[in-house]
Amino acid sequence: MGLVSAPTQQTQPEDNSESVVKASATWGRLGEVIQEHLDIQLIAIVTAVACALPGVFLVLRRMTLMSDAISHAILPGIVLAFFLTESLSSPLLILAAAGTGVLTVVFVELLQRTKLVKEDAAIGLTFPALFSIGVILISRFAGNVHLDMDAVLLGELAYAPLNRLNVFGRDVGPVSVYVMGTILLLNLAFILLFYKELKLATFDASLAATLGFAPTLIHYGLMTLVSVTTVGAFDAVGSILVVALIAGPPATAYLITNRLSLMLTLSAIIGSVNAVGGYWLAYLFDVSIAGAIATMTLLVFGVIFLVVPNRGIIAIARRRTRQKWEFAQTMLVIHLFNHEGLPEAEAESEIAHLHEHLRWDPTFATQVVKYALNNRCVSQEETQLTLTERGRSVAQQALVQ
Amino acid sequence: MNTLIQFDYTLMIVAIGAALLGAVSGTLGTYAVLRRQSLLGDAISHAALPGIAIAFLLTGSKTPLILVLGAAIAGWLGTLLILSIVRLTRIKYDSALGIILSTFFGFGLVLHTLIQRTGNANQAGLDTFLFGQAATILESDVLTIGILGGIAIVIMLVFWKELKLLVFDEGFAASLGFPIRALDILLTSLLVIAIVLGLQAVGAVLMSAMLVAPAVAARQWTNKLSVMMFLAAGFGALAGVGGTIISSSASRIPTGPTIVLCATVVVGFSIVLAPNRGLLWDWFRHQRNKRNLKITASRLLKHPQRGGD
Repeated sequence: MGLVSAPTQQTQPEDNSESVVKASATWGRLGEVIQEHLDIQLIAIVTAVACALPGVFLVLRRMTLMSDAISHAILPGIVLAFFLTESLSSPLLILAAAGTGVLTVVFVELLQRTKLVKEDAAIGLTFPALFSIGVILISRFAGNVHLDMDAVLLGELAYAPLNRLNVFGRDVGPVSVYVMGTILLLNLAFILLFYKELKLATFDASLAATLGFAPTLIHYGLMTLVSVTTVGAFDAVGSILVVALIAGPPATAYLITNRLSLMLTLSAIIGSVNAVGGYWLAYLFDVSIAGAIATMTLLVFGVIFLVVPNRGIIAIARRRTRQKWEFAQTMLVIHLFNHEGLPEAEAESEIAHLHEHLRWDPTFATQVVKYALNNRCVSQEETQLTLTERGRSVAQQALVQ
Repeated sequence: MNTLIQFDYTLMIVAIGAALLGAVSGTLGTYAVLRRQSLLGDAISHAALPGIAIAFLLTGSKTPLILVLGAAIAGWLGTLLILSIVRLTRIKYDSALGIILSTFFGFGLVLHTLIQRTGNANQAGLDTFLFGQAATILESDVLTIGILGGIAIVIMLVFWKELKLLVFDEGFAASLGFPIRALDILLTSLLVIAIVLGLQAVGAVLMSAMLVAPAVAARQWTNKLSVMMFLAAGFGALAGVGGTIISSSASRIPTGPTIVLCATVVVGFSIVLAPNRGLLWDWFRHQRNKRNLKITASRLLKHPQRGGD
């Protein structure tokens, strides 16, 4: 863990701070440490946002698992390109991998078009086969070349800032920031340019087709972007965690909003929060950054899932309880209303006997009476319940419905 | 001579293990494919990682049974979460699967780095589960696969009627008063068992193929559930043995991926060649129809007065 060893050096230089030279060296090293913190977080945020934007459309189009398939299936593309260029940072690598990603989409659709295989099975057949080819290529031919399987599959954000871009001999920052930044801009441009088309093709593909919006073109455009984004993020967070970046923030945002534009914005924000939160979680516990970002994604999703108004679990549970009491109260007022003014009214509105008439549990009946009293639907006179004006109108309304 | 015998013995154990695994996952994968849950295998096998890590953290042992148990609990929990996300929100199945798959895996990775940091010498090899080391299958693993897989298949046979109804007409099953959710959970649990059994042999990433490929291949040859299941088991076993033999015939060919490719080849054969459904048959039918149409058309042209009324 390159990242984790660095901050521990921070405390050492304090002992010999008398010397100005050493002090400046200390500040220099502290600056480096801060720079490293900032670099990694910047890479993480740019990657997360770049993934979240196309992810919104995947989640809405029910194609999230295509990103999972692509993220595995690009392995042979990466390996072959690596054999050709013998470098892990060559742009050819990204092109070859993205090409393999699009090829995966084509394979899945060809399989589906035979009508012999359903979509999920087509995905489940394609990516393991391609992935297997990649693994076999690596272990058969890359034994003496440096292509670390773990690094390729799992990624390690901590190493990303070590690969730096030099322009005319000046260090202008980590390569990853520029690669992912370009991909982010690409995604942003595509979404802004084809916003209308994307929206229509996502929510009503057949209408889009009849209006001549070419949903197939939009589909392949989107899939190419997903491929390119996956490849770019691959280097930083590895193949499996790309899916967390692509699916997590959009799904979380989907819990909050109905608006596409707001969902895009929220996804970007949630992605950034996950990235920064995950980074500090990793720093705190000295664990894998990519893993911590994924864990953070799960936590944020879980919290929103719990607390979001109207659709969250807590809201649903509260609504159900409220509905239960409302319903019981309505039963009570209807019961009172039905017997109001009739000879048996006195017996029917006796609090102690209510549970017999309504076939309730006695304690439940007492609670319902209390609930109705609080709502001023009924009033109590010694042991008798009488309807209030409000209770009568509630009963009438319920009966009319 | 001695090493040769030993090698053959290892190979035999690996082949038996792979065949058993292929048969078990082929059988249970049939349900997954028919219910359009092919990718559940992918999700479960990834979601199992934190379970393996926690089992190791708690017990400090690498006993397969304990790790498998941890994997099963985590995979099972992940699946229940997926089912409840789909039930309680408008998030669709695929997104729920994607989230749980990747974030559980990420959490597993976090735990994994924690274990690595403790410097426990025993932890080496824990990460091989990701790609699987089929070549390291031991007699005890074969026994585990045989017993647990056998139990899973027996449970499946006991609930044969109910599960069949669940797969083909869930609504009807519900209207008959079958406990749909309980059956769903039962079926998913059986899948979890099949998957965690395979984790060690072909790895998390490739286990999903063992669930999908044999069943898809079998589907092309028959319309009957029982026959499909037998065929899937057979294809799975065939891929297991075939992959083991091929990978042992040359150096540096990993067993797991080779098994997967074998299964893929079986699927390819089935899709092209299977009678009635296969692409080749479809093509023949198409040609015959075209020829018949031509003959009819030419007859009509020759005797327009006879066909023109």
